[in-house]
Amino acid sequence: MAYDYDKYIRPGKLPHIWCPGCGHGIVLKGLIRAMDSLNLKKEETAIVSGIGCASRLPGYMDCCTLHTAHGRAAAFATGVKLARPEMNVILVGGDGDGTAIGGNHFIHACRRNIDMTYVIMNNYIYGMTGGQFSPTTPHLMKASTTPYGNPDPSFDIAKLAIGAGATFVARGTAFHANQIDKLIAEGIQHKGMSVIEILDDCPTTYGRRNKYKSVIEMMNRLKEVAVPVKAAEKMTAEQLQGKILTGVLYKADLPEYCAEYQKVIERSQGGAK
Amino acid sequence: MSKKVAFLQGNEAAAHGALYAGCNFFAGYPITPSTEVAEVMSVELPKIGGKFIQMEDEIAAYAAILGASLTGKKVLDATSGPGLSLKQELIGYACIAEIPCVLINVMRGGPSTGMPTGPSQSDVMCAKWGTHGDHASITLMPASVQECYDMTVQAFNLAEKYRMPVLVMPDEIIAHMRERIEFREPGELEVIERTAPSVPPAEYKPYDTRFGDVPPLAAFGSGYKFHVTGLNKMQDGFPTTKAEIVQAEEERQVRKVMDKVDEIVDFEEFMMDDAEICVVAYGSTSRSARYAVNVAREQGIKVGMFRLKTFWPFPDKQIKAIADKIKGFIVPEMNLGMCSVEIERCNMGKAQILCVNRVDGEPLNPDQILEKIKEVK
Repeated sequence: MAYDYDKYIRPGKLPHIWCPGCGHGIVLKGLIRAMDSLNLKKEETAIVSGIGCASRLPGYMDCCTLHTAHGRAAAFATGVKLARPEMNVILVGGDGDGTAIGGNHFIHACRRNIDMTYVIMNNYIYGMTGGQFSPTTPHLMKASTTPYGNPDPSFDIAKLAIGAGATFVARGTAFHANQIDKLIAEGIQHKGMSVIEILDDCPTTYGRRNKYKSVIEMMNRLKEVAVPVKAAEKMTAEQLQGKILTGVLYKADLPEYCAEYQKVIERSQGGAK
Repeated sequence: MSKKVAFLQGNEAAAHGALYAGCNFFAGYPITPSTEVAEVMSVELPKIGGKFIQMEDEIAAYAAILGASLTGKKVLDATSGPGLSLKQELIGYACIAEIPCVLINVMRGGPSTGMPTGPSQSDVMCAKWGTHGDHASITLMPASVQECYDMTVQAFNLAEKYRMPVLVMPDEIIAHMRERIEFREPGELEVIERTAPSVPPAEYKPYDTRFGDVPPLAAFGSGYKFHVTGLNKMQDGFPTTKAEIVQAEEERQVRKVMDKVDEIVDFEEFMMDDAEICVVAYGSTSRSARYAVNVAREQGIKVGMFRLKTFWPFPDKQIKAIADKIKGFIVPEMNLGMCSVEIERCNMGKAQILCVNRVDGEPLNPDQILEKIKEVK
């Protein structure tokens, strides 16, 4: 299928700010393919982000775009969605923005199961500020603020989303580019809170400090660690050591927040109980 | 037809004022002593098809109203001191992105948790200087339950007219006391709606100064596509670091309010015609001040009261004119001296300034103010 990238790119806003080798552009293209495959109307689609490299994505999209404050994308987006439930609301951002400063809004958006799609680009680092460790930086890895190795354990974003109540949770990687659009499209179509974690790379501030010799090496790592959920079913615990599951990890059909609030309106007006 | 009257708390009246103004989206977080605003909105909004949401924290509540406002809703949040502190970054966001919204902040003691059930007036500087960066502030100070209603309507009008956040700040006494109030009839108070763009979507820019210092704001989902950011931006809404554009936009965002100070500033003068002493008061403190002025007048002292109904923008012009005519200002406040700093600025050394300050969670009583009136030389 031929995709119309230009249709969704805001005229005159490229080139993007991302470094050579950064995977965010791969995710941007995946998002556009997903939107194009569903033929989403641009004026009926809000793309909301926080602060950080990944959060610059909305500016490139020819939609209703909202670049909010650091960590607050999910809370702003909740206001947009509840106020206008007919709009498609897509959130984009990074691991630090979404799960550190924005962690509270993230888990509560999941808990409400409000019909939004959150694409989290997880590159394990605060890139824009120069490479400080984030909640997803693996234990013992190096960042500008963990010069002796990261003492923290890390979040599993997908597990966090499932635990908090999101009803569609998937994981892909920047290497598996052709899967990204399918996961995002399924998330957009799902009625409820969808979280799509994309394992990404930051050669500039993460790769460099952690002895990755090239972007290709970082991409090869994503290729090697990723195991599709279906394939994992046939593997032993030993074989799964150090691997990361990809694909649709969780899907459930549960009441969606805006629909539930519509029932509140009906009850307040003496309608449906 | 007789008017609908009720015996309400200030917080309840403020919520009904918001509904009169057309508020159709509320997000909040529970906090004493403002929670009744949220409770009333949770009852009333769904009845008219509006939306109420209790968010996970104070910051989220303010974020949600900003998101909803961008879809064209008239939006309200309510909080108190600690919540006001938490929301500051996003108040700045509303200033720079120019998003209309109203926040009711019921003043209790502080800093920090302070005295959650006690009255205070110690948030007045936070209302203007709390968020970082240059920006204008509009802050209204009700002194009765009826004013909680009326000023909330006015706050929505100002927010929509000037495309910015507006604060209504009753102190805890005003927010929790009960008085008789009249519900306004439709048409009795002016209700201002947001100016919609007059250009088609293809030509629309969210900060298009061809339309003046307050450019029209389109709504997400209404056919208009545009970009909103907290970065310094150009007229098309996209970020810029170009010095001349940043300078011009920053100046416009302050000028849009400061050029209209005479329209925005509201005040009451009580027995000021021949006054040699002026008590400058606001909120519940003005009620004690009025009593003290009456008693002092009975004793032959030429004293009057200037009551601030808008705290920000500050009525510089009026205070400067009074300073030329009088011997002394008395500034009673439930804080350790905040309004008095502004009075000092406008007074420019002309009249004597005596402060009456109380931060123990008790109201300022008339005797304390009367005592100071008698100290003016």
